[in-house]
Amino acid sequence: MGEIFVLVEHRQGKIRDVTFEMLTKGNELARKTNANLTAVLLGHSNIKDFPKTLSEYAKKVLVVDDAKLENFNSDAYQKVLESLIGKYKPLLTLIGHTSLGVDLAPTLSVSLKMPLATDCIDLEFENDVLSVTRQMYGGKVNARAILRKSESYIVTIRPGSLKAIKPQSPMNGDVIEIRSPLTEEITYKRVIKYVQPQPSGVDIASAELLIGIGRGIGGAQNIPIFEELAKTLNGLLACSRPIVDKGWLPSDRQVGMSGKTVKPKLYIAFGISGAFQHVLGMKNSELIIAINKDPEAPIFKFADYRVVEDLFKIAPLLKSKIYEQKTQKT
Amino acid sequence: MLDIIVCIKQVLDTAEAELKIDSSGKAIETCGLVFDIGEWDDYALEEAVRIKEKTGGTVTVITVGSEEAERTLRKCLARGADKAIKIVDKRLKGLDGYATAKILHKIIKSMHFDLILTGAQASDDEYAVVGPMLAELLGLPHVTMVKKIELKDRLAIVNRELEGGLEEIVEVKLPAVLTIQTGINEPRYVSLLGVKKAAQKEIKALGLADIGLSENEVGETSSWIKIEKIFVPPAEKEVKTITGSPEEIVTRIIEILKTKGLI
Repeated sequence: MGEIFVLVEHRQGKIRDVTFEMLTKGNELARKTNANLTAVLLGHSNIKDFPKTLSEYAKKVLVVDDAKLENFNSDAYQKVLESLIGKYKPLLTLIGHTSLGVDLAPTLSVSLKMPLATDCIDLEFENDVLSVTRQMYGGKVNARAILRKSESYIVTIRPGSLKAIKPQSPMNGDVIEIRSPLTEEITYKRVIKYVQPQPSGVDIASAELLIGIGRGIGGAQNIPIFEELAKTLNGLLACSRPIVDKGWLPSDRQVGMSGKTVKPKLYIAFGISGAFQHVLGMKNSELIIAINKDPEAPIFKFADYRVVEDLFKIAPLLKSKIYEQKTQKT
Repeated sequence: MLDIIVCIKQVLDTAEAELKIDSSGKAIETCGLVFDIGEWDDYALEEAVRIKEKTGGTVTVITVGSEEAERTLRKCLARGADKAIKIVDKRLKGLDGYATAKILHKIIKSMHFDLILTGAQASDDEYAVVGPMLAELLGLPHVTMVKKIELKDRLAIVNRELEGGLEEIVEVKLPAVLTIQTGINEPRYVSLLGVKKAAQKEIKALGLADIGLSENEVGETSSWIKIEKIFVPPAEKEVKTITGSPEEIVTRIIEILKTKGLI
């Protein structure tokens, strides 16, 4: 019987959501391909409780506990996975398309000569052919692609793109401790420390109303228009990555994968195209209104209301109308 | 003194464009779009030039597979690169990240360098694999998604971006491959002087034979992943479109906000 591997991703004592998303998909694929679902856990301290949780989701849990795996180092992970994949020969290894997976999967696939598809939002086996769905051009287009035929594949999965469902009855997977194949510390590449984000006075995650701005606002000189609108609504100004990259707003305003996750009552997106890194951080807002001049902007796929219009015709007018109403009331 | 190689991809600038799928169903319509250096690669180039300005050395830009790469490479030279190499061949089509990494490896392995920089991902297919794959083929260490680089003797101390604003500091021995995340610097504009200087600089064009590769080593057959079709992503939610004049749109938005008790 074949195996499907899911690499467990965890950080600072917590299993990350993408792990359960991959285990859920892995379970479905394992049933279809008549394979065993195996969770692969690498780490050292803070992982004691993980095997129990993982055994509810997988038929087998392989644990490699080694002080040299304390902090994620792609080279250490690669050596361990080369050994495990060599031994168990899984049909498929799923890894998160996260900062961990991006650092690990490409080198692992080259060293094992196993076809790799990255950043996939879905995958399936059809007559022995592995086909994947992934996005291109910042989420504007989906592509369906097939992998070159092989006995073993590696696929990285975009976080938040698959559902995580706890099995109705726990799978009671066997927990198997594997001796670490690492013989020495990796000296040419070392993680020195983590740097936490700077605490700041602005907390967009606790705001009830957010005005989100993106590349479409054109330039830093236009920011006051949206800042005033946010103020008039008693909300805060937030943004997508390009605005921070360009230095137009500080990073504490950034919504998305590398910024904050927000769930306000209202999110109005101005000139945000809607790359998944951003969408992941705001798609659970209670009400989303998106304004963009591109009628096909990906942000509209996640919005409740869609406005295809020049944002500079909407934002100032919206601000003055709301202001008018507020002053009339008082 | 550091010799730096920057691997770039020329891509269609689609950041603010409306895309259409072409008649093959496998690619987008290129008509009306302009080619440019990929967004992530743009930051990688800038970082290389800044390091050179500080420590001395050279910056060599390499690109694979774009026939029309001349203008983009010229722009890289104007921005401060010293040399540019393009690997051009009609058969270089439909390459995935792995096939690209193999070609880059073939040419780079005989060059002298201390550091290789490239974008964390291409802005079009977004595979995010070429940098680390190239490192593996060259037998060198790599660090992906780099937000800051500090160089000390033969070490690079870099900040690597994790999720949620968290970063890790990684120390890596040179030579190494670093993939650059956006926002690491502010890419400069091309100066008139830069353009003048760039006109004198050399762009070397190499074919497959020049780098010792045969056709089946580089064609679609050398790729791991092949696109079957592309399509418009389905919507996750049912969206209501608000139309009308700006006044009508704004009135409708205010109505919605009122109904929801938001104003």
